[in-house]
Amino acid sequence: MSSAVEKVIAGDVRTVARLIRDIDDKIPGVRDVLKALYAHTGKAYVIGITGAPGVGKSTLVDQMVNHYRHQGKSVGVLAVDPTSPFTGGAILGDRIRMQRHSLDDGVFIRSLATRGHFGGLSQSTRSAIDVLDAMGKDYIIVETVGVGQDEVDVVKSAQTTVIVVIPGMGDDIQAIKAGILEVGDLFVINKADREGADKTFNELRQMIDMGHEKYEDGKWKPPILKAEAVFDRGVTELLETIERHRDYLLKASQGNKLRKNKERIREDLVEMIKSRLIQEVLDHMSENDRLNKAVDAVMDGEIDPYTACDELLLSTLRALQKDL
Amino acid sequence: MSLTYSRKIMDDIRKEREKWERTLKEVFSITPQRLERFSTVSDQEIKPLYTPEDLQNHDFQRDMGFPGEYPFTRGVQPSMYRGRLWTMRMFAGLGTAKDTNQRFHVLVNAGQTGLSTAFDMPTLMGYDTESPRSKGECGKCGVAIDTIVDMEDLFDGLPVDGITTSMTINPPAPVIWGMYIAMAEKRGIDRRKIGGTIQNDMLKEFIAQKTFMCPPIPSLRLITDTVEFGTHEVPRWNTISISGYHIREAGSTAVQELAFTLADGIAYSQAAIERGLKVDDFAPRFSFFFNSHLDFFEEIAKFRAARRLWAKIMKERFKAEDPRSWWLRFHTQTAGCSLTAQQPYNNIVRTALQALAAVLGGTQSLHTNSLDEVLGLPTEEAATIALRTQQIIAEESGVANTIDPLGGAFFVEALSDRMEEEALAIIRKIDEMGGMLSAIEKNYPQREIADAAYRYQRQIDESIKTVVGVNKYATEERLPVEILEIDEALEKIQIEKTLRIKMERDNGKTGECLERLGEACVSGKNVMNPIIDAVKAYATLQEVCDVFRGAFGEYKDPGIY
Amino acid sequence: MRDRKLRVMVAKPGLDGHDRGARIIARAFRDAGFEVVYTGLHQTPDSIVKAAIQEDVDMIGLSSLAGAHMYLFPEVVKLLKENGADDIVVVGGGIIPDDDIPKLKAQGIVEIFTPGSKLDDMVGWVKANVKTRTD
Ligand SMILES: Nc1nc2c(ncn2[C@@H]2O[C@H](COP(=O)(O)OP(=O)(O)OP(=O)(O)O)[C@@H](O)[C@H]2O)c(=O)[nH]1
Ligand SMILES: [Mg+2]
Repeated sequence: MSSAVEKVIAGDVRTVARLIRDIDDKIPGVRDVLKALYAHTGKAYVIGITGAPGVGKSTLVDQMVNHYRHQGKSVGVLAVDPTSPFTGGAILGDRIRMQRHSLDDGVFIRSLATRGHFGGLSQSTRSAIDVLDAMGKDYIIVETVGVGQDEVDVVKSAQTTVIVVIPGMGDDIQAIKAGILEVGDLFVINKADREGADKTFNELRQMIDMGHEKYEDGKWKPPILKAEAVFDRGVTELLETIERHRDYLLKASQGNKLRKNKERIREDLVEMIKSRLIQEVLDHMSENDRLNKAVDAVMDGEIDPYTACDELLLSTLRALQKDL
Repeated sequence: MSLTYSRKIMDDIRKEREKWERTLKEVFSITPQRLERFSTVSDQEIKPLYTPEDLQNHDFQRDMGFPGEYPFTRGVQPSMYRGRLWTMRMFAGLGTAKDTNQRFHVLVNAGQTGLSTAFDMPTLMGYDTESPRSKGECGKCGVAIDTIVDMEDLFDGLPVDGITTSMTINPPAPVIWGMYIAMAEKRGIDRRKIGGTIQNDMLKEFIAQKTFMCPPIPSLRLITDTVEFGTHEVPRWNTISISGYHIREAGSTAVQELAFTLADGIAYSQAAIERGLKVDDFAPRFSFFFNSHLDFFEEIAKFRAARRLWAKIMKERFKAEDPRSWWLRFHTQTAGCSLTAQQPYNNIVRTALQALAAVLGGTQSLHTNSLDEVLGLPTEEAATIALRTQQIIAEESGVANTIDPLGGAFFVEALSDRMEEEALAIIRKIDEMGGMLSAIEKNYPQREIADAAYRYQRQIDESIKTVVGVNKYATEERLPVEILEIDEALEKIQIEKTLRIKMERDNGKTGECLERLGEACVSGKNVMNPIIDAVKAYATLQEVCDVFRGAFGEYKDPGIY
Repeated sequence: MRDRKLRVMVAKPGLDGHDRGARIIARAFRDAGFEVVYTGLHQTPDSIVKAAIQEDVDMIGLSSLAGAHMYLFPEVVKLLKENGADDIVVVGGGIIPDDDIPKLKAQGIVEIFTPGSKLDDMVGWVKANVKTRTD
C-alpha cells in the first residue's frame, strides 16, 4: 500500500488536500491511489445541497456542520462554485461562511471549481467524496449551485439530496421544476424570516406531488421544511429529517450498505467510463497534434468532417488499447 | 423665476451654439480631441461646454435660492464663511491615551478648533488590548481605549466643556460615548453641557467599512437608543455622523456615495420615528460626513446636491418643520484612497485641491490628509502641512470671501442637478427593495461598490484614468519620507494597565452593572444609562461589548467580491 | 502531463476592514484564470493557514492596511512552517512602510505589493514566480 493511501486513511489533512487537487487536475497517477482507497469507502453518509445562487446554501451548510460537531460527528464539505467560462478562473467564496470551522480538526472544507470539463465535474467530485470517506469523515456535505446538469449529477450521487429555495421565488421554482425537482429528497425553504414562506410552501407541495401522482405505501414523500439559516432556526429539524431519510433508505435497501446499491454502482460506473473515455480520447488526440491537423484538413477542404471523425476516433482507440 | 432667458434669447443661444459646434467639429477634424471621451473620476461623461440651455428647467428660487434658505443648495447658514470659517478638525490618535493626549495639546496650541479622535482597530471592533484577536494591533492606527481610565488620560488637561470632540467610532459607539459622558461627569461637568460627535453609523459599516459587531437589526436598535438618549439628555451632541466617506473609500462613485449616505440617513430617521421620537427633536442632531475626491467639480456638485436633496427628504418625506432639521451639515475629509505612495509630495497638491472643493461645496468642518498617510501613520510635520493647507485656503486664497462662488455656473448647476437626479433614482430603488436594511441584506450596495471599484482600478491600469506619478510621469526613485513608528512595547504596557484596573475594581459591582445592561438589551430599555454605570464601575470596553454580542449575536462578513 | 491550475488564497488577517484591495485583487486573479479562495475579513493567522492547507493553494496573498502586518504576516509564515506547508508562497500587500519591506522579506514573505501596484503586474508576478506543484 502506498504511503499516500496510508496517510489518507490516517486522516492526514495535507495528503487529502493534495490528492483532491490531483483528482481535479486529472493527474493520471491518482487512479492507483483511488483504487487502493476504494476498499476503505462506504462508511460516510453523503448529503447534497443545491439551489439557486444566494439562497443560503453555504450558511445552511455552516450550521449543519456546527450541529454535527456538537453530536461528535466529523464532517467533510465540498463546496463547488462555477468557473468563469471566459477566463477559466473562479472565485470560490463558499468557504467564507464556514471559515469558523477551519480551526476544527474534525472538519475538512474544500472549495472546488466546476472547470467546465465535459461531465467531469461529477466524476472528480465523486472521487473527492471517496477520499473524504476513506479519510473517515462521518458526514460529507456537497454544495453546488443548482444550475447546470453537471451540478445536478453531483448532488444525485448523494444519499440525501436537499434542495434549498427561498420565499417568493416563483420563477426560480419553475426552473427547479424543469431540472432538479425530481432529485430532491427533501426541500428547505430558507430565509423563512422573509414574507411569503407559506405561499412558497404550498406551491412547492403542489409541484412535488404532481410529479408523484400518489405516493405508494411506504414510499418516501419529500418533506418541505422551513429554515432561517443565519439564525440557526430549522437546522435541527433538517438534520432529523435527513436521519429519517437515511433510515428509509436503509429499510428500502434491506440493510445493504447504502452507497453500494446496484443502481448507484451502475450509475457511478457509467459516469466513470464516460468521463474517462472523453478525457483519454481528447488528451490523446491533442497530444500529438492530430486534432489540430484534422481541423486544418477540414478547413482546407481536403477531407469532410465525418470521415475525419471516423479516422481520428479509430486510430485513437487503437492506440489507446495498447496504453490501457 | 428661471435662471435662463426669454424664449427669443434662448433661440439665439441655440443658434450660436449650433454654429459653435460646427466650428468645433471642423477644428477636431484637423486636430482630434485629446481624449475620445471626457469623464469624471466616477466616469460620468462631461460635455465640452455648458450653456444656459443646460439649465432650461432650472429655477433660481426653487433650485438654488439663497444661503440659509430652503433648499440650501448654496449653504446651510445665511452667512457661511463670512461669519465663521469651517472648523479645521484634524483626526488624531496613536499609541496610548497619553500619547494622543500630547498630540491633542499640540494641535489645540497650533490653532485647531475641534478635536477628532482616531481609535485603534481593537477599540473600533470592541475588543480589549489583551484579547488574542488584538495581537499586533494596539495603537497602530489610533488610540487604544480599554477603560474609562484611558478616556480620562486622553482628555487630561483639555477643556471638555469648551471644545467639541468628534469620535470616529461605530459598533462600540454607545460604550465610548458612555465613557466620555462618564469622564465629564466625574469632572463635575453636566452631560447637557458637552458637545461633539460620535460617528455611530453602522449601516455604512455593513456597506463599506466592515467594522462589525452585531447584526444589522440590533445595531440599528443600539443606534436608536443613542439618538433617543441624546435627544433627551445630551442635547448638544451629534448622535450620528452619517458617513459617505468610507463608502467612497471602498470604491463607490460620487453619485453612489451621495445616494447610499442619504438612504442611510432615511433609515436612521425612520427608526427614530418608529421609536416614537419627533423628527424635529432628533433630526437637527444628525450630521453628515463626506469624502472630497479628485474630481473637482463633481465633488462641489455632490455637496450642493446633497444639501438640496436632504432638505427635500426631510421636508417632504418626513414632514419636518424646523429648518434645522432640513439642514445637511457635514464634515469632509479629503480622499485617503487618492493618495499615492509614489512621489508622495504630490499628495500635498491633491489634498489642497480636494480641500478647496470641500470649501467651495460649503463644508462645516474639514480634515485634510497628510502626505504620508498612504505610507503609514502621519508624522507631526506632515500633519502640520495638512493643517496649513486649510489655513492657506481660508486666509490667503480669497475663496472664502463670498458665499458659494460657483453658484450659477452653467456647468456646476447642471452637474448638481444631474447628481441629485441620479442619486434620487438609486434612493428610489432602495425604497423599492424595502429600505436600506433590506438592500444591505441583499448585498445591493456592497455589490455596486465592488463593481465600481474594480472598474476604476481597471481604468487606471489601462491608463484610461491618469494617476500622476503612478501610471504617468512615473519615476523610479523613491523619496525618503520620514514615518512614524509605533513602539511594539505599547501593547504590553496597555495590557498591564487594564489588568491593574480590573484587579483594583469592585468586581461584584462591575458584574452587577453588566447584568443590568444585559437585561436592558433583552427588555428593550434604553442601554445608555446602564452603560454609563458600567463604565463608571470600570467595566472594560470588551466586557460591555460582549454583553451585546451575547444578547444580539455576532455579524460575520458576507464577503461580497 | 496536464497543466495544473493555479490556486491562490486571498486573505485578510487582523481586524481592519479595508477589503477594497483584497476584493479587487481576487477578481483580477480570477480574470487571470486562477482559482481564488477568498476567506473574507477578520481572519486569524491560524485560520488562514489551516484553510490554505485544506484548499491546497499554491500561494497566499495577505492584505493589511492597519499597521499590524509586522506581526500578522510573519505569523502566517511561521505557522505554515510548523504545519509542514512552507512550500506555499506567501506575499503581502497594503500599506506597508518601505522600511518594513526588507524585514518582512527576511521573515519569509516573498514579495510585497504596495499601493499603486498594477493589477496586471501583480498577476504577472504570480505567473512568473508561483509554480504549481509538480509532484
Ligand atoms: N434573511 C436571511 N438571510 C439569510 C438566511 N440564510 C442565509 N442568508 C443570507 O443570504 C446570503 C447568501 O447566503 P449564502 O449562504 O452565501 O448563499 P449560497 O446559496 O451559498 O450562495 P452561493 O454559494 O453564492 O450560491 C448571505 O448574506 C446570508 O447571510 C436566512 O435564513 N435569512
Ligand atoms: Mg454558497
